[in-house]
Amino acid sequence: MGMRRATIVLILVLAFVGACAKKKPAPVASTAPPPAAATSTPGPPAPPPRPAERVEESIPVPAISEDAIGNRSLEDLNRDSPFRPAFFGLDSSDLDDAGRAIVSANADIMKKYPTWVVTVEGHCDERGTAEYNLALGELRAVAVKTYLVSLGVSADRLRTVSYGKEFPFDAGHAETAWSKNRRAHFVITSK
Amino acid sequence: MRNTLSWSAAVVTVALGLSTLLALAQQPAAPAPQQPSEIQLVISGEPGTPPRYAVPDFVALSPDVADVAKTLGQVLWDDLNFEREFYMIPRDTYSTIPVARTAEAVPFAAWRELGADAVVFGTVQKTDANTVRVQIRLFNVRARQSVFAKEYTGSATTPRLYAHTMSDEIHQQQRALRGVARTKLTFASDRNREKVAGPVQNRDVKEVYIADYDGDNSRRVTTNRQLNITPTWAPDARGIAYTSYRRGYPDIFIALIYQGLQETPTNGVGQNWLPIFSPDGTRICFTSNRDGNPELYVMNRDGSNVRRVTNNPAIDTTPTWSPNGAQLAFTSDRAGTPQIYVVGVDGLNLRRITTNDSWADRPTWAPAPFNEIAYAGRTGPAFDIKVYDLASGDTRLITFGEGSNESPAFSPNGRHIAFASTRGGRGTQIYTMGRDGKNVRQVTRDGNNYTPSWSN
Repeated sequence: MGMRRATIVLILVLAFVGACAKKKPAPVASTAPPPAAATSTPGPPAPPPRPAERVEESIPVPAISEDAIGNRSLEDLNRDSPFRPAFFGLDSSDLDDAGRAIVSANADIMKKYPTWVVTVEGHCDERGTAEYNLALGELRAVAVKTYLVSLGVSADRLRTVSYGKEFPFDAGHAETAWSKNRRAHFVITSK
Repeated sequence: MRNTLSWSAAVVTVALGLSTLLALAQQPAAPAPQQPSEIQLVISGEPGTPPRYAVPDFVALSPDVADVAKTLGQVLWDDLNFEREFYMIPRDTYSTIPVARTAEAVPFAAWRELGADAVVFGTVQKTDANTVRVQIRLFNVRARQSVFAKEYTGSATTPRLYAHTMSDEIHQQQRALRGVARTKLTFASDRNREKVAGPVQNRDVKEVYIADYDGDNSRRVTTNRQLNITPTWAPDARGIAYTSYRRGYPDIFIALIYQGLQETPTNGVGQNWLPIFSPDGTRICFTSNRDGNPELYVMNRDGSNVRRVTNNPAIDTTPTWSPNGAQLAFTSDRAGTPQIYVVGVDGLNLRRITTNDSWADRPTWAPAPFNEIAYAGRTGPAFDIKVYDLASGDTRLITFGEGSNESPAFSPNGRHIAFASTRGGRGTQIYTMGRDGKNVRQVTRDGNNYTPSWSN
């Protein structure tokens, strides 16, 4: 009884916090609104198409996409993430060259969005045991965090968590799936 | 093995049972001093063979308890069969035997013809709208004598519990064996098919469940729609310690299942997972990253007096207690691959016990008197359950490459092992088997089910 009530309260609190977070205006949006955001509000007369296109062209393309990233909700960002996962070998928490390159690119994104807080999730493939994989995923997440910090990302902006083999990215039962599941997954937890 | 008990001792044994005693045993009066003071209560089989038991349907003495009567007979037969102490005569061979409505009418000659050494006669009767009275007698067929008689009164909704209780009491009386019919399993399951709320889509919720040892009567323990895994029983079978991600990271929670309360012993220090109660229930060993990498710690059940057990830059995890609470077995990759080690709770006298596996994990120390550690080891493409004998140093394989087999957990009498396996081809399910690897039974069928723990 008590536990159920506590759970309900927790869910309500989470829902309230979530609702508040959504209402909060994103700081990036107020400073750099995208110029040609297709606001089809009927009130003001629509701007002529030609000048608008010219304005768009005059702004560097990467800047537009970055602003687009900055304006997106957490849910959207994590659904189609700017971060790529880093992959690991079997029973390994060592970042190889390819892994370091990915983490380095992710570090650059974190530096461009200095308010973002990121959780690095360590995951494992199903070939290991459920229990040990919880520790292995922890080492993977910590290895990535350590490398991010060495690249100049503040440790305050980084959380780590291991999910072992509980959340496979690919539910398949072959190396093509396993290699995708041995990963450090970046989740933006706040911005 | 023949046990003879004095009649007075037998009366005490029966009277000590959980339920109301009905003095059904047809002993007219206390034996006079000059008469033999011992009677034979244990039913034997033919020399060299286990006694052959028959458990027909119970007799419904009121019209609306036919289902209860049938369940009682079937479940009692299954429970008695589980320990493999008796040869259980299949129930579909009883059809030629006249149904007895009273104990006096039990057709002993017909049961003897079927080869039965022991036969159960049971009745069930409604006493009011929600209450039944269940009576059972166990007869020695050759001697035509009742050797066990009990009566239970209670809810009409729990016929399986009466059968489980009878089975445990018969095993106790006939074999001095602590049966497991009233024990429970706890495990993690995704059977409710919910998805975790949060920034990442499409992740399956896992909740902690309990079920009877045979898989029936399953109930959900946690309801937080997050990841709740690796549940393990407290020795009093009233609490379950488990790993929950309800705060976004792994931490240890204890669910007090009969009070609906929960405890959080780690007090927000680090991330903590894989809790295991000490055999006396006063301490918990667990894995934590609080000092930077996964190490083993022991704390009191209330979270006080935390002591670090291991100190190594490699992974140290997945602890299990020795039956006397003085040692731990655990998994470490300090030698390059995950292997099983034994260490004192004080962190001293470390030794490695697995050598032939490329990956070994989830050691589970057998209860006394078995001086063994079961674990999941990989020699081929997948895991099998193996048992390491601490006295001889020998290891025996008890699953044989059917699917991948993980997370062994001993029954409280040490005679059975629950484990998680992919052998059925429908995800991961909980199975039980004898400690010899025989008598494999599937326990769960709904969703995927993982990491069983077996209650006292």
